Amino acid sequence: MQVDELIWKTIAFNFCSYKVKTPTQNFCRNEYNVTGLCSRQACPLANSRYATVKEENGVLYLYVKTIERAHTPSKMWEKIKLSKNYVKALEQIDNELLYWPEFTIHKCKQRMTKITQYLIRMRRLRLKTTPKLVGVKKKIERREARREAKAEAAARLEMSIEKELLDRLRKGVYGTDGIVNESQDAFKKALDEIEDMHEQDADEVEDEVEDEEEDLDREFVSDISDDEDEIGDLEDGAEGLESDDEDGDEDDSEDAESDDDNMELPSDEDSDEDSDADSDDSSPKKPQSRKRKGPARAAPPKKQQRKRGAHVEVEYEHEHEQARTANQSTSW
Amino acid sequence: MREPSRIRNKLKREEVYHQLKHTKSKSKLKERMKRKREESDNPELREERLAKNIPQTLETLREADETIVENDEEVFADEETDELASYFVQGVQPKILVTTSKRPSASVYEFANEFVTIFPDAEFVKRGSQFDVKRIVEIAKEREYTDLLIINEDRKEPNAVTHIHLPNGPTAYYKLTSIRLNKDIRGHGRPDAYKPELILNNFNTRLGHTVGRMLASLFPHVPEFTGRQVATFHNQRDFIFFRRHRYIFRDGERCDIQELGPRFTLKLQWLQKGTFDTKYGEYEWVHKPELDTSRRKFHL
Repeated sequence: MQVDELIWKTIAFNFCSYKVKTPTQNFCRNEYNVTGLCSRQACPLANSRYATVKEENGVLYLYVKTIERAHTPSKMWEKIKLSKNYVKALEQIDNELLYWPEFTIHKCKQRMTKITQYLIRMRRLRLKTTPKLVGVKKKIERREARREAKAEAAARLEMSIEKELLDRLRKGVYGTDGIVNESQDAFKKALDEIEDMHEQDADEVEDEVEDEEEDLDREFVSDISDDEDEIGDLEDGAEGLESDDEDGDEDDSEDAESDDDNMELPSDEDSDEDSDADSDDSSPKKPQSRKRKGPARAAPPKKQQRKRGAHVEVEYEHEHEQARTANQSTSW
Repeated sequence: MREPSRIRNKLKREEVYHQLKHTKSKSKLKERMKRKREESDNPELREERLAKNIPQTLETLREADETIVENDEEVFADEETDELASYFVQGVQPKILVTTSKRPSASVYEFANEFVTIFPDAEFVKRGSQFDVKRIVEIAKEREYTDLLIINEDRKEPNAVTHIHLPNGPTAYYKLTSIRLNKDIRGHGRPDAYKPELILNNFNTRLGHTVGRMLASLFPHVPEFTGRQVATFHNQRDFIFFRRHRYIFRDGERCDIQELGPRFTLKLQWLQKGTFDTKYGEYEWVHKPELDTSRRKFHL
């Protein structure tokens, strides 16, 4: 026997297995529920007159309850296929639910709209391309990483590239214009020319130096050797700057390195004393330093290197004036 | 003397063992020095020894592959008419579009920036998320691009490159590993805009030939030797190593190289006829796990 009021009282105040309670609202899990809410009007169990819309495999059906068949639950719902055309389907609902409460008609139409929309969205998404997800195979990744490392070692890439390039050179791919400095002769010749130029410059500067420093100790000037390779000297000098310095006074050098500009003057004084002492000894270190001085003046571009070791040149009092002015001009 | 392993005192056992090891290595060294002395007197001995003592490697033990190309007329005839012929026969200049997967992360942009510099005719275009690969292919065809390179990412790191040759394919998909950007390489140089030379090493099989030709078609036909830059794709055991260097010859006998970066490794995953179509496309070759059953079988 169907007594709607009795059923609803039970559901509302006792227990319903479809009911989902939340702090604000109660929901209904019954698949025939037209709104999804737990309410007197929307309850598919407590209403003898009830209709809903459901979707099966993309086709919409209107379900109408016939309470006279309540004794055979499998045949209780009348299933009416709705048209694919949205407007026609709305008309169909109107016709089927003639003289039904406005609430049921309205909710059925709402539900139908919602389902139509999600079906359209589903079809559209299916047309879109989606990235294919592939599983990460750790073991294979590890194995391939290992094999890759071994293959790289076996490839000896740099060697094989060098070999290939040399092969191409021998085949004459690069032509004979010497874009690539294949033969070192031209290069050497150019280097020699530069060297000669430097030597000439150096000679001139030496002369000047001699003029200026006639009152100074001759021993230093005389050690400049003309026969030595000038460029080699430059490099030696650059290296010597640091090494000499370490020999000279390590404390000083460390201080000066920490802040070059500030320590310049104090270190000057310190090293003045040192160099005085040195000049008294006339240590064997001295001639070397003189040698360095010549080319350093002869080749202005090398001044950069001198700047790096700002604390170094002050060890030799002969250079004071020039070196310091040069430093100041660059260091500000 | 007893075997060291049978000595029951641990300290003694260790001592004996170490002594044994020491004498062994010493005698070995002695032998080596002796051999060296003999060979310096008589270089023929050394040659003889080296000729006899060739180590076995995976390369020497490689399983025979019947598709290895050696002056095969048929293959050359094929290659003259295939999809890549537009570059090799008609001499069409490459024009390359480089892009990423959708919504790329910063590291991918970083890699893409360097990746683009490898190819003189490439430009990078940001990927709008509304464009599918197929749509990009259409657009690129309209704008007469010859190649499309798409960098894919996984967990915010670049992990694959899709290379689509336009307009009619083929399409190759490579796994991308061991990426090192320019700044991470020690003693690296600064690349410049000169067109690089290209070295392709060991692309020997029929499949390897196709892959090598695809990679070659990304570079201009005539390099600028002034730049002294060389890009290398070296295939070893199916791994394709990419390196870029600047070189200099010394006396015509020695070649010095400086790496310019980036460096990375590619591994072919599949090759498809036609442009990108994973659903209905015809796969010429797909890497499957069962291809990995032998360590001595290589496909490129």
